[in-house]
Formats: sequence, C-alpha cells, structure tokens
Amino acid sequence: MGHGPAVKLGKDNASGFKTRLGVWMFVLYTIVYAIFVAINATSPKSMQNILFGQTAAVVWGFGLIGFALVLAVIYNHLCTKAEAKLNG
Amino acid sequence: MVYTQSPLAIGLFFTFVAFVLGLSFYLARRTSSAEGYYAAGGNIHWFTNGVAFAGDYLSAASFLGICGMIATAGYDGWMYSIGYLAGWIVALFLVAEPMKRLGKYTFTDALDSKFNSKAIQLTAAISTLLVSVFYLIPQMVGAGVLVQPLLGLPHWVGVCIVGVVVTIIVATAGMASTTYVQFFKGALLLIMSTVVVIAVLVRGLSTAPENNGQPYHDFKTMQASATLEISEPGYTVVAGLESAYGEAGFVKLSKAGQESIWQLNKTATGYTLEETLFMTKLADGTKMFNGAAKEEGAFFPVGHIKELRMNGQEVAATGAVGPLAYLSALKDSTIVLWGKKYIKEGGTTTTIYYQKPTPGARVLRPGLKFKVDNATGLQKFNFISLMLALFCGTAALPHILIRYYTVPSQAAARKSTIVAIAAIGFFYVLTLFLGMGAMTNGVINLTDNNMSAPLLALSFGVLLFAVISSLAFATVLGTVSGLIVAASGAVAHDLMDNFLGMQMTDAGKVRAGKIAAIVVGCIAIYLGIVFEGMNVSFLVGWAFAVAASANLPAILMLLFWKKTTAKGVAASIMVGLISSLGLILISPDMWVRYGMLPGDAPIQFNSPALISIPASFLALVIVSLMTQKDVPVVVSDAAEA
Repeated sequence: MGHGPAVKLGKDNASGFKTRLGVWMFVLYTIVYAIFVAINATSPKSMQNILFGQTAAVVWGFGLIGFALVLAVIYNHLCTKAEAKLNG
Repeated sequence: MVYTQSPLAIGLFFTFVAFVLGLSFYLARRTSSAEGYYAAGGNIHWFTNGVAFAGDYLSAASFLGICGMIATAGYDGWMYSIGYLAGWIVALFLVAEPMKRLGKYTFTDALDSKFNSKAIQLTAAISTLLVSVFYLIPQMVGAGVLVQPLLGLPHWVGVCIVGVVVTIIVATAGMASTTYVQFFKGALLLIMSTVVVIAVLVRGLSTAPENNGQPYHDFKTMQASATLEISEPGYTVVAGLESAYGEAGFVKLSKAGQESIWQLNKTATGYTLEETLFMTKLADGTKMFNGAAKEEGAFFPVGHIKELRMNGQEVAATGAVGPLAYLSALKDSTIVLWGKKYIKEGGTTTTIYYQKPTPGARVLRPGLKFKVDNATGLQKFNFISLMLALFCGTAALPHILIRYYTVPSQAAARKSTIVAIAAIGFFYVLTLFLGMGAMTNGVINLTDNNMSAPLLALSFGVLLFAVISSLAFATVLGTVSGLIVAASGAVAHDLMDNFLGMQMTDAGKVRAGKIAAIVVGCIAIYLGIVFEGMNVSFLVGWAFAVAASANLPAILMLLFWKKTTAKGVAASIMVGLISSLGLILISPDMWVRYGMLPGDAPIQFNSPALISIPASFLALVIVSLMTQKDVPVVVSDAAEA
C-alpha cells in the first residue's frame, strides 16, 4: 500500500525557503507565548495592572490572538511571493 | 435546574439534524472510492477547508466548555482560548505543508512516508485511535448536556442520539460530508455567536440582570447574634456553630419546614448570614436541590454584579456599551463569583455554593482556577504543563491533520490554515464576551457550567436559544464525525490495510472504514455516559496532552532531524502515549472519578505534558541514535507543491 499524497503534486522549488521562514516565525511566536506563560506563572498579580484601560492579561490575550493572525498573513504573503518567483 | 422545552427549539433541533443527515446521504452517492471516503478526493477548496477546520476545531470544548469556564472562573477559562489558538501557529508554520506533501489518507501515512515501517504503522494507528477516543469523550459529554434543556431528555439519551446520528453520517459518506457539515456549522457558529455578543453589548451591564423577562433572584442577607439568634422571625437553627456546617463557615436553618443553608460572616456583634445554594446527595443516591426535589425548580440560575462602576461612577446599569467599554466596566466593578464546599454527614454529601464578591480586575487576570498566586512549584508546574499541552496539541490532533489531505495543494493547505486562524481567533475573542456575559447575566447553572453560553442566549429569548443550542449540537455532530473518520482510518487503512497487509479492494477498504466507524461510535457512546458532569474543555485539555506527547515529537523530528529512524519514531509515540495516559490515570482528578480523595492520588498534578512531551522527544533521540543503520539511504528533498 503506497503512502503518497492523495492528489498528484507538482515540484516545489520554494519548499526550502518556506520551511526556514516557518521555523523562524514559529520561534518568534513561541518566545512571545513563553513570556506570557512565564509572567502568568511567576507574577500573576502584574497581569492585573492596567494597560490601555484594560487589565494587562486582557491586553496580552488580544495581543497574542492578533499577533498570530498578523504573522500568518505575513507568512502567506512571503510564501506566495517565493512560489511565484521560484516555481515560475 | 429545571428547563422548559419549547416546540420552536425542538423543531429547529430536528431541522438541523435532518439537514446534516440529508447532506450526508446526498454526498454519499458521490463517495465510492477510498480516496473519496478518507480525503474527500483531495479537491476541497482552501476557503471551504479553512472554515471546516474552524468547524472541526470549535467543538463542544470551545463553545460549551470555554464559555462555561469563563463564566465561573473568569480569565482562566480564556487561557484555554489563547492556548488553543497559539497551537495553530505550530500547525501553520511547521506542519501544514509537509503533512500535505507526505501523507495520503491518515497521519500515519505522513509519519511512515520515508520508512514503510510496521512499527510506525502500528504505533501511529494506536495513537490516532486513542487520541480520537479521548477527544470524543468531551464531545459526547457536551451532547448529553445539551439535550437536557433542549429536548428535556436525560444525559445518556443525548449521548446516544449523537452517537447514532454521527455513525450514520460517517458510515454513509466519510470525509466529504464531514467537511461540508463542518463548513456550514463553522460559519453559522461564528455568525450566531457574533449575534449573541452584540445582544450582550446592547443590553450592557446591570446589577439586576434580566433573564428572558424573569426578574433576577433577590439574595437575602440576615443578621444574627454571636449565639445565632436570627434577626428575622420564623427561622430555627438546624445545624449551628458546633456542627460540621459551623466548622465550614455555614449554618443550616429551617423556616416553615423548608431548610436553607447560610454563609456566616463574622461582625463585631455577631454574624451576617448570606443566602447560598446547595445540592444534597442522600445515601440512596437521590439528589435534592436547595432542599427540594429537582422538579420543584428551587435551584435557580445565578450570576450578577454587586457593585457596578462605569467611568469612576457607581451605576445601576450601563446601557448599551462597546466591547472595550464593557470589559473596562467589568474591570472596575465587583462581581459575585461562586465558591463551592462539600460537607459529609453520614451517607449524605451536601455541596454548598456560596457567594464570593470579587473585584473585576481580579476576575480579568489569571489565578481563580489555576493556582498561580503564591503557588507551590508543583502548582506552577501543572499550569505551565497545561499551557504547553494546549500549544503543542493542535498540530498533533489526527482529525485536524487529516483535513490537510482534502485540499489539492500545499499552498491550499497553508491558505486554509490561515482562514482557520482568522475564524478561530475571532471566535475566541467572542468567547470572552460570551463567558463574561453569562457570568453577569444570571444564567449560570452551578451544577453544570457547560450550558452557560446556550443559557446566555436563552436570556434573550427562546429563538436565539433554539438556534444556538441546535448549532452547538451540530458542533458536536460535526466534530465527532471528523474524529470517527480519523479513528476509522486508523483501524481500516493503517492497521488492516498497511500493518496487517490484508488484501482489500477499494470498496472493501471503504466498507472496513465504515464498520470501524460503527465500533468507535459505540465506544464513544459508552464513554460519553461515564464521564457525565466534567467540564468539557478540561477533558479536551487531556486529549491535547496525549496528542502532543504521542504525535508531535514524531512529526517534528521526522521533518527537522535527518537522523530520525523508524524505531525512533515508534519509540517516541509509545513513550509519549504511555507516559501521558499513565500520568492522567493516576492524577488527582481521575482519583475523584474512582471515588477516592484527590489528595490520595500518587501524583499531585493533572496535566502531564511537561513530563510526557520531553520524554517522547528523548525516546526518539536515544532510539534513533542507537539505530542509525536503519536510516533510509534516499531522503527526498525534492518537495512538491
């Protein structure tokens, strides 16, 4: 029984670039997420401080959700550009 | 709580179920090949797949569990939303395109693409099966929770309805119908949740929340002397300061034959007595609610603000507000949360729910559920471990991974993930408002917080409740369908076809998948009944921990470490699976399920990820280094798009 893809795929010369970009963006987001978890674990009271009229915890929460979306859009833009350039 | 059934709600519910079944039967006619059954032929549009991802992911845990947890524990419930969404970053940046490139029908295909190893086929299939079953439990529990107010049926009937309907869906059409069901459900869930949040903001905040035209319960406070002489006439003390109640800070009173329990707050001259809610479980198993049988409806919904402040002024109501002003007003106000204490007397156990006025800013930061304030090392470990499981679990869930095989290209896999992040991120923002709305609108059922979001909708009228509840039920149907497709693929494709090498025709493979789906469906029904009453998001946290431990290290190392061997992958899966499941089975929360005290459990943390994920990585590295001669000579770098 073969394990190949369910549909026939063409060659992707941008694969290496996309992998490196993905790893760097993953590292960036992971660092921010780790800082968020670390603050909650070590200094939860500081999350009650007020930033922009809300608790720091709420600002961090919205920030992490928004940051994920921004990174995802940038990643897709750069990948699409690389695919157009390298795959013709 | 006693719910009144509405013909409209029942009608809408059956319309939804009929629509889902009709769609399945329609699509079943187009599903005759194994490719069609397991991967919808690989020709789903990326946008449809992205919304279907959201449909798959926004399961009972997100809609019922997270909202319920926020309603009772504030920000800590929203931590699940943040963690779940962060997990999609792992899926997008590391897993999406390689999974599409390597796999065919199942997650095992991708892991085994370089090796063709029997050990990987067996271990990955077992892992897929166990993770899927673990994830099925909260979905089935959620279904049971929903049918009680919606149809007036007991928990087990809801579980059975979902089990039977989903098994029919999966056994008829497989991944194609599951995808379209998830697409419609995901889109409708987002739209209707937005409608409820807008309604919450338009209503604003009030110290006397209105619940579908019903006035909120007027909580009584009484004064008592130091010797418990009650200021109001007619009350006699049943269990005073020297009793188990007194020692726990309560007193049991009686008036005209009706018993009630009051919280004692010491003052300079005596006590202030505050009304509580309580549930008594008698020795014969009978449950009494506020001293009366359930049918009498004495156990009322709760959730209110004690002191409402807006722009520095104390007010009775805010009127319509914007989302940021809503959160800001909550932060400045004092919200009444509910504590819980157990009192055992002979064979009778009384659960007392008492008021805990809490500053809003304290509610909108972590620490009410998770022990992070002045926490011990072990408590912090438990918290970090859970956040790690949520972060790593998404990209390792079999029913999410198989969705990458339904799109035609790697670019489509990537784009559908981004659509999913946008849809899911938006929904998780809504969960904060749904949960806080339930917390302050007098709709929480203290005996089961899973129903907070639908009951919040009910406070706006039965139509919204009917739509939301039917959608929540469809949510369960869709997610369970995806899980059963994944589990049946593990049995029929990975175990029977690949591992055992059973010679089957294409139609035979589809038939094997359908039979496997029926068996897994029956197991899910049984577990859904056994785990009644647990918060569904909490249960999903466990499924994430098992998936993250068993699957993610193998996926990541296969993609990024060239020395990975087949035996290393198999060892990693087994170590991750056994360590995470083993730690869960001896955790304090499972000890409660066994009928023992949580403090007697061999370990004192509930989330195993911080041990089991590193153990899984370590097993892969050690075994791979020991079996380097097994590394395949040809490793293709020529990726395809």
